[in-house]
Formats: sequence, C-alpha cells, structure tokens
Amino acid sequence: MKEELIIAGFGGQGVLSMGKTLAYGALMEGREVTWMPAYGPEQRGGTANVTVIISDQPISSPILSTFDTAIILNQPSLERFQDAIRPGGTLIYDGYGIMQPPTRTDLNIYRIDAMDEAAEMRNVRAFNMLVLGGLLKVRPLVRVEDIIRSLVKTLPERHQHLIPMNEQALLRGMDIIRQEHSA
Amino acid sequence: MTENEVVLMKGNEAIAHAAIRCGCDGYFGYPITPQSEILETLALEKPWETTGMVVVQAESELASINMVYGGGATGKRVMTSSSSPGVALMQEGITYMAGAEIPGVIVNVQRGGPGLGTIQPSQGDYFQSTRGGGNGDYNVIVLAPASVQEMADFMDLAFQLAFRYRTPAIILSDGIIGQMMEKVVLPPYKPRRTDEEVARECPWAATGRRGRRNNILTSLSLDPGFMERHNEHLQQKYRVIRETEVRYEELLTDDAEYLIVAFGSAARISQKAIELLRHEGVRVGMLRPITLWPFPTPRIAELARRMKGILCAEINSGQMLDDVRLAVEGACPVALHGRMGGMVPTPEEIAAALREKLIKG
Repeated sequence: MKEELIIAGFGGQGVLSMGKTLAYGALMEGREVTWMPAYGPEQRGGTANVTVIISDQPISSPILSTFDTAIILNQPSLERFQDAIRPGGTLIYDGYGIMQPPTRTDLNIYRIDAMDEAAEMRNVRAFNMLVLGGLLKVRPLVRVEDIIRSLVKTLPERHQHLIPMNEQALLRGMDIIRQEHSA
Repeated sequence: MTENEVVLMKGNEAIAHAAIRCGCDGYFGYPITPQSEILETLALEKPWETTGMVVVQAESELASINMVYGGGATGKRVMTSSSSPGVALMQEGITYMAGAEIPGVIVNVQRGGPGLGTIQPSQGDYFQSTRGGGNGDYNVIVLAPASVQEMADFMDLAFQLAFRYRTPAIILSDGIIGQMMEKVVLPPYKPRRTDEEVARECPWAATGRRGRRNNILTSLSLDPGFMERHNEHLQQKYRVIRETEVRYEELLTDDAEYLIVAFGSAARISQKAIELLRHEGVRVGMLRPITLWPFPTPRIAELARRMKGILCAEINSGQMLDDVRLAVEGACPVALHGRMGGMVPTPEEIAAALREKLIKG
C-alpha cells in the first residue's frame, strides 16, 4: 500500500495540521510516513500545501510532481494541482472554496461542503477535521480510531478537551462527502 | 517520550532533541528560516532544567560562533545552527576554530543563495562547507543527513568526530530535511561529561591551570616557521581523517550500468528517479556520500570504471560535480542535473536528465 497525497488551500485553514494528524494516524498503524510542507511565504497567509506519503515500504522522495489524491480547498490550489493528479486518482474539493469546479474527466471527484458545515456547527475550527473525515470515507487510508489516538498523542494538554468535537467532525465529514464524478 | 518510541517530527526538531540527549553542553544560535525550530524546540524543552545544557539566543551569528569557539576551547560539547547566509557570517569563527584546533558542531539547514537568497531548500553551500569556507588551508568534517533519523543520529556522531580530531564538524542539511516530518527513534540519553571527564579527555582544553603548563588555544603566530609546522600537522590530521572517516551508502550498484551520485535531500529525490528508471529497465544505482568531506573518492573511482555514465543530482549549479569528476578522472562520462535558488528537482526531472544526458548522449 502506498498513497501520495497533497492537501492545498489557504494558510489558516488547517492544511498543515490536517496532514500532520493523518501522518500521525498512519504512524500509529506502523506505516512509513513523510510530511513535507511548503514552508515558504505560503505558511504566512498565502496558499499553503503539504505533501503526505503513507506507505508500507520505506519512502524515497518527499518531493513529488504527481499525486494519487489531492484535497483542494481553494481556487488557486485547484488551478495549480488539478493536472498533477494521476489519471484514475482522487480529487476532493470544498464547495465553498471553489468557484469553478474541476474539469478533469479521468478522476474520481468528490465534493465536500465542509466550510458550510463548519459554519452550521458554529465552529470554523472543525473545518479541517470535516475534510479529513471525508477523505477517510473515500480513501480509507487510516482508521478513524487511530486518528483519534493521534490527536490524543499530539494535542497539547490545553486542547485535549477538543477531541470529542474533532471526532464528531470526522464522522460528520464522512456523512457529507458526495461523489460528483467517477473515473 | 519513552525510550525507543517511534515519533513523528521535523528534522530540525530531531536535531534539538538529539543534542539534548547526546550530552551537549551548550547551544548558541540566532533564528533564521528554515532552521528556527532548532532554537524553538530547545527553548520549549528547557534542557537547562534537566541536563544542565545551556541554550543562548545570541545577538548574531558572529556572536554564536564565537561562543562556540569559547565553549569548545574549554572542552565542552557546544554547537550552533543557522542557515546559509548565517553560516556565511560564521566562516571567520570556523577558520579560527580549525586553526586553534577547537572542536564544535555547526548545523547548516541550507536555503537558496547567493546573498540573502530565498528561504526554500538548496545545497548551494557544498563548496563553502567542503573547501573550508574561511581563509587558510583547512577542512572541516561535513556530514550530510538524508532523513530525519539521520538528523538525530548525526548529532552525536558529529560531536564524537569533532572531539576525536579537534576540529569543527558541520551537519550540512537543507530546508527539505529540516522542515519535513518523518518517523524517528531518538538516541538514548547520555549524561553530559563531568569536569573531571573533560579534563581527562581534553588535556589540551582551557580548564583551569591547576599545576600544569598553560593551554593556549589560538590560531595566531607571528613565526612563519612555527605556522608552517602547524599547517603540516593539520594536513597530517586531515590525511588521517580522509583515510578513516569516509562514509557513504550504495543503492543497487551491483548490476548498475549508470550511477547517480547525490547527497542529502537530492539523494532521496534521486532514489525515486531510480525507481522510475528501473521500472523502464534502466540499470541504475546510486552512491550517496554521507561524509562530503572526506569525500568517497576511492569508491567512486572504482565504480566509474564499470559505469556507462554518472549523473550528479544536486540542488545547486554543480558543486559536488567537481569532486565526482576528480574521482572519475575521465573513466566515464559525468553529467549534472541541478536546480538553484530554492527550486527543487523532481524525480521525473532527474530520470529525464539521466536518459537525455547519458543514455541518448
């Protein structure tokens, strides 16, 4: 098993921490992982992205030009990464962040209205866990319980009380993701 | 963290944790992207409350390296870290340390240059690191980690080598290895050396005179005859290091017709290029220098005799290329694929370069 994945959106949407939670969950299952952020000016408010690789084998390059799966949370990221997804691969996008939907016909395309859902939950910070839940529904890379274990492990003491909310968001994300196109 | 626990962390964080665990006495540094997590992690871990390790945010890189000079002169295991332009500022201190034979560790998490350049990854300081970097005839030991695990493992190794040979040692990393998170098992805790141990193991150090002759640690002499003899002594030491401390790793070289030579993050990217090329039936292997100085010259010379061509993959304009050509001595064609300024090559680019420059060429 090997999954090469990119998560891309605006700085502040929780792109990097979503990738970290996923990577830590995979580590909990004994897999090899790399997490490589774009750490440049992106991290400071522009577009942010992170490459996560999960594999049963040791991982060679943390730098990739094509991906199995892309999670796209804003329009500039769609334009930048749509063509980097391998044919037959998976594209997940947030309906709020994307004005012009993806045009590829050789991908499995899913839409998740996570921003709208987070607004409804009155908790914008649930956004990235909703998206992660959506990912795990369509690409079951890591078990939800291992994501929770990773949160227990990585969240500082003062944020541990947020874990039930995160779990709820993960499960809700699994419910609201919808397939738009099949490769 | 329990012993032998597998954790996920950045290369920069691994350096900081490994420094505390390997009995480092002091860290002196000044923040700069992409290595600031080293100082940040040390500040969070507060090792001065546990192992007694000192952590100082100095007022500049010049101050940092001179604090390392001072700490090292007393036989303490001290270090600094910075990124390319900051390490450029430190070169005066490094050559003084080499001249005065003062051990210490410098971590360089490289970014694009020249000048202030960019904050993205680069390997543009290969020459600066392996050719001395400051004035005079000297070398420093240069270790090039290619994973977060090696960031952790090379910290203690760098101190050991620095003290064994009384020389500065550089861990030459870059923004990729520093910023990415991977699985890592941190080294076990090793106590800091006691003053008695330092006095015993470093009889040359300025530890307080107490009934012996003065230990004078300086790079200055006004007697050129003395200075030539001192240089000959340094060169003899460098010969011993070249003979005993070369480290490298080989991948799939047994049946290889083509060889990629790459270090650090470029070696990781090249490894994927090899997966792509092997899938097409190209018999390609890799030699990854782990010590950039001393360089694995004899092994590359040996491999070159049975290769159809060698590609250097570097994140610079072709710096290690010179050392590879000196090793190969025309035995086979040598080509380069390099990117600069903070741009990073992709595995596909490296595979294409090997196809176009060596197989077609």
